[in-house]
Amino acid sequence: MKIAHESPVVHQKDSAEERPASYHPQDRKTTCTSLSELPIADRYTQEDLRDWDPERDLGHPGDFPYTRGIHPTMYRSRLWTMRQFAGFGTAHDTNARFKYLLDQGQTGLSVAFDMPTLMGLDSDDQQALGEVGYCGVAISSLEDMATLFEGIPLDRVSVSMTINGPAAVIFAMYLTLAEQQGIPLNRLNGTLQNDILKEYIAQKEWLFPPAPHMRLITDTIGYCSEYVPKWHPISISGYHIREAGSTGVQELAFTLYNGLTYVEAAVQAGLPIDAFAPQLSFFFNSHNDFFEEIAKFRAARRVWAQEMKDRYHPNNPRSLQLRCHAQTAGCSLMAQQPMNNVVRTTLQALAAVLGGTQSLHTNSMDETLSLPTQEAVTLALRTQQIIAHESGVTNTVDPLAGSYFIEHLTNRMEEGAREYFRKLDDMGGMLAAIERGFPQREILEASQHYQEEIDRKERIIVGVNEYVESEQYTIPTLRIGKEVEQYQRERLRSFRANRDPKKVGEALHEIQWFAQSGENLLPHLMHAVKARATLGEMCSALKEVFGSYREPVVL
Amino acid sequence: MTTATTPIRVLIGKVGLDGHDRGVKLVARALRDSGVEVIYTGLHQTPEQVVNIAIQEDVQAIGLSIHSGAHTSLFPRVLELLKTHHAEDIAVFGGGIIPSDDVGPLMETGVRALFPPGTSMSRIVEFVKGLPR
Repeated sequence: MKIAHESPVVHQKDSAEERPASYHPQDRKTTCTSLSELPIADRYTQEDLRDWDPERDLGHPGDFPYTRGIHPTMYRSRLWTMRQFAGFGTAHDTNARFKYLLDQGQTGLSVAFDMPTLMGLDSDDQQALGEVGYCGVAISSLEDMATLFEGIPLDRVSVSMTINGPAAVIFAMYLTLAEQQGIPLNRLNGTLQNDILKEYIAQKEWLFPPAPHMRLITDTIGYCSEYVPKWHPISISGYHIREAGSTGVQELAFTLYNGLTYVEAAVQAGLPIDAFAPQLSFFFNSHNDFFEEIAKFRAARRVWAQEMKDRYHPNNPRSLQLRCHAQTAGCSLMAQQPMNNVVRTTLQALAAVLGGTQSLHTNSMDETLSLPTQEAVTLALRTQQIIAHESGVTNTVDPLAGSYFIEHLTNRMEEGAREYFRKLDDMGGMLAAIERGFPQREILEASQHYQEEIDRKERIIVGVNEYVESEQYTIPTLRIGKEVEQYQRERLRSFRANRDPKKVGEALHEIQWFAQSGENLLPHLMHAVKARATLGEMCSALKEVFGSYREPVVL
Repeated sequence: MTTATTPIRVLIGKVGLDGHDRGVKLVARALRDSGVEVIYTGLHQTPEQVVNIAIQEDVQAIGLSIHSGAHTSLFPRVLELLKTHHAEDIAVFGGGIIPSDDVGPLMETGVRALFPPGTSMSRIVEFVKGLPR
């Protein structure tokens, strides 16, 4: 194998193994493993919980170590936030979808940005060609941000923004918009994804090298701790790690370790633990292996609480609690017989609910083909509402507690995560491990292993490698027109014509100055937003100071 | 000069801005493991970069992965550049998030195959090995 811009070494391997010819789909395997390759026994008994102490390891809901959930009453007193990730086309288009979803009973908003926005580029940038408004909404300016939230009360609806590389700049636009609408920042409620470590590991959307990105994240955490106390300045995300092909154990391990890396960076920057830890949030995937997923959520809360207690001794119990959002697994959706995806999503959503998530996105059946249509997203939202109101699973807290199997699996997930913690410690932490390509390689190996199991039919995917139908099913998909790009170009042109270029230049210079000085950049980014600087202008100003990053290619 | 005994050479890459490289890496590995010589470009390539590498490396095919919706712009651009460089003999194929409605029009512009999510690696290997040399 040869990496195009590296040394021209070409390796070859022998052909992959063929699957046994005698296999039949109704045959049951003699050995079973979870999706994380944990061996699963045919039954579990008290013997499997010999070292398990319910007082120590389980506790009560709302109490340390929070295995059973972070609230004493969980969904008895308040259902999870139903939050569908949405964004496409122009800010107008997405604003209409937001209002539709709120009318249908959705309880929070979640913004999907298009690729140029995610990469800190304006819609009229040469590199944005062909990508404007396609996999999310195009936001280049304060004007776009204002249109996106027109008629939506920012102090009453919690808003999650999935943005990482240019997170601080987009957040500065959001805060400026709130200020202009007369909403005090301390009344804003929502989440900024702002998790760059998982970008280097999995999703690959960064702007700068790791050190300046870590500083921008610490700036955001510091700013929120002081001025936007109800905001989650970071959503430490395993979702994308899982989508890149990791196992559940790897998702758990790398995500929690990333979380500890951010906490340490904030503490090193001088923030007291209780001033920011209660505002941290997490984001997990909910994949196909039902019980393993439930165990993953439970283990995540327990490991986080224990680690935070042992390392930082916070006084506020909220500093120990792992709050999370969950999304069903996009990578589990199949283009073949796409309606089957509704069933997959239902099971995954149920696992996240039994795992005790604070908010949930359910994928639409068509998301492996395009962004979801309104009909598909409505069905996905209804799936959550049926789980919440019809299934009865919300009537009692952590109904699976004490199950031999669930508790054993929770222990195994924790052990698996801690094993990775030790390896990462030995490498000198996550940044050093990323430079060595360690998490990237672990994920790639797991993803190949999974694919080979499917290709050999050791794992059955209905409609894909078994129960295949010759008839092609087609379902309607959402089309984004090329006119979105043209519209955005025009809009940006008039936005730029309507500003004082001298003020913009000064504001961009100010950003660069403070980027070098090390002072918190948020107020200066907000100043540039008010001077009508665009996303792309601010990001390229920062790039001049911070430089760019080329990843170590792992193959 | 390519003969039937030399292994087939393929460029595998990501064009555009999206960073979803799980599928493309699996395809690159599967092709490598079946004896194909693979040149992997890494992320965020422009059509110009891809075509230049393909010509320099004298590949028989270019396989591109796109998950951002930009396939309707990027595939035609790659084909157009190949034509400009008189390199239309290089086969172009791809995969990613591509709605079925777009498959026909892209094939008409000259894309040789588009593999949807869920395609087995062996099907892609078979396709590449079956390319005329």
